[in-house]
Amino acid sequence: MLTVDGLTSAYGRIEVLHAVSLDVAAGEIVALVGSNGAGKTTLLRTLSGVQPASGGRIVFEGEEIQRLPAHARVVRGISQSPEGRQVFGPLSVEDNLRLGAFRRNDGTVNSRLDAVYTMFPVLSERRRTAASSLSGGQQQMLAIGRALMAQPKLLLLDEPSLGLAPLLVDQILEAVVDLKRKGITVLLVEQNASAALAIADRGYVLEVGRIVHEGNGQALLQDPKVRAAYLGV
Amino acid sequence: MAEFLQLVFSGLTIGAVYALVALGFTLVYNASDVINFAQGDFVMIGGMGTVFLMAAGLSLPVAAMIAIVAAVLVGLLLHRLAIEPARGASPVSLIMITIGASIFIKGVAQLVFDKQFHSLPAFSGTAPIAIGGATILPQSFWVIGGMFCVVAGLWLFLEKTLIGKAVLATAANRLAARLVGINVTVVLALAFGLSAAIGAVGGILVTPITLTRYDVGTLFALKGFAAAMVGGMGNPIGAVVGGLLIGLMEAFGAGYLSSTYKDAVAFVAILVVLLVMPQGLFGRRAVERV
Repeated sequence: MLTVDGLTSAYGRIEVLHAVSLDVAAGEIVALVGSNGAGKTTLLRTLSGVQPASGGRIVFEGEEIQRLPAHARVVRGISQSPEGRQVFGPLSVEDNLRLGAFRRNDGTVNSRLDAVYTMFPVLSERRRTAASSLSGGQQQMLAIGRALMAQPKLLLLDEPSLGLAPLLVDQILEAVVDLKRKGITVLLVEQNASAALAIADRGYVLEVGRIVHEGNGQALLQDPKVRAAYLGV
Repeated sequence: MAEFLQLVFSGLTIGAVYALVALGFTLVYNASDVINFAQGDFVMIGGMGTVFLMAAGLSLPVAAMIAIVAAVLVGLLLHRLAIEPARGASPVSLIMITIGASIFIKGVAQLVFDKQFHSLPAFSGTAPIAIGGATILPQSFWVIGGMFCVVAGLWLFLEKTLIGKAVLATAANRLAARLVGINVTVVLALAFGLSAAIGAVGGILVTPITLTRYDVGTLFALKGFAAAMVGGMGNPIGAVVGGLLIGLMEAFGAGYLSSTYKDAVAFVAILVVLLVMPQGLFGRRAVERV
């Protein structure tokens, strides 16, 4: 579904992604783990088109998209829940969700809205509340819900567990597994490597802008090098 | 008492125009962090455009519509030719660009129009209406009513349409706006176009009372800016309240102190606001739950 081939990206003159290549097949959860500053967020932003690629190719469903603007990629089915939630603070929960469907504002918006509320009932209770007054966990649910409103084929999730209590982390990750069952492909970026690899079909380890390991989720969990570097054991 | 009321009427009338200019500042500032000092020139384009189109034989409504469209085009061109190419520049650079654009627009206006003062006929007669010993011109109702119509229309647009919400979303978080597929460039162009239309409406409404000339935009921009600052930059309600306040203060300053210092009132207000409460009356506090 998604093939990234030799992708590079830079902030000014400083290159932060060095020829990154990876594949995501339809129906998979692929985890991308790595320490702070490895370039995980930059990679996702480059995939979404909010950070320019300076080289390489991004092929989505057979089409090269690295030159397309961000909104065109949303139309093609790539949607992102960004790092740090980035909800529209002054707007209501429901407005946040409806804006998620900005590029797919058709007759099915209300049924998708209901689906998000079923998935995260707390959002339904607080649908008139300003997003900025939600708790961190609720904002995370809102960010994921907003990304789902675009009816993505590929969902990019950036650090959905960051700053959340362990119980909430489990709830969010369960939701991710649930999305896979519904046929949505997920590329999951996490610093919480053990949690991410545990639910992933396959994983990639990113280190200072390069892919250094790849394999299926369980294998990476067992890999002594990965364990030493990212799992703290 | 009659004098007081008289000053209130004239203050609210001119304040309504400052409120419209301040709303224009607010729209553009929210969508782009740019303070567009060419905002006052849209007021001039509205007024002067209508004057010259009427002189060419068009009726007032037609001339006014064409003048508004012209102002919108100028606003879109300003965005496309001056703001968009400088995307990513610092706010100070962008402000300087808008000041340059403002000077340019005045220069072109001198050539297209002329350097004389002009007026428009009042929309519905000039017979003053007596209220409580004071009098108010029918045109004042047009100005104040027009302002409220614009505010109501803008509110409906921003709160009730998805495109309007996209403008608010872009103001709230540009990265997230791009991620949900909002074309931020289009939203910015929309903000410039809308603010130009709002300014032009103000200019058309007020010209029968205050006259217009190629360079009236400067004072409107500065006073509208003062109004936006008093109300809290970025807050539409603040812009309206700030505009009416600046208008009232100016009227009282001219009436009770000296009309020589009329124009100074707005600037004293900016200084006081910056010293005492930089966030303005309705400014957002920089606190957010994380």
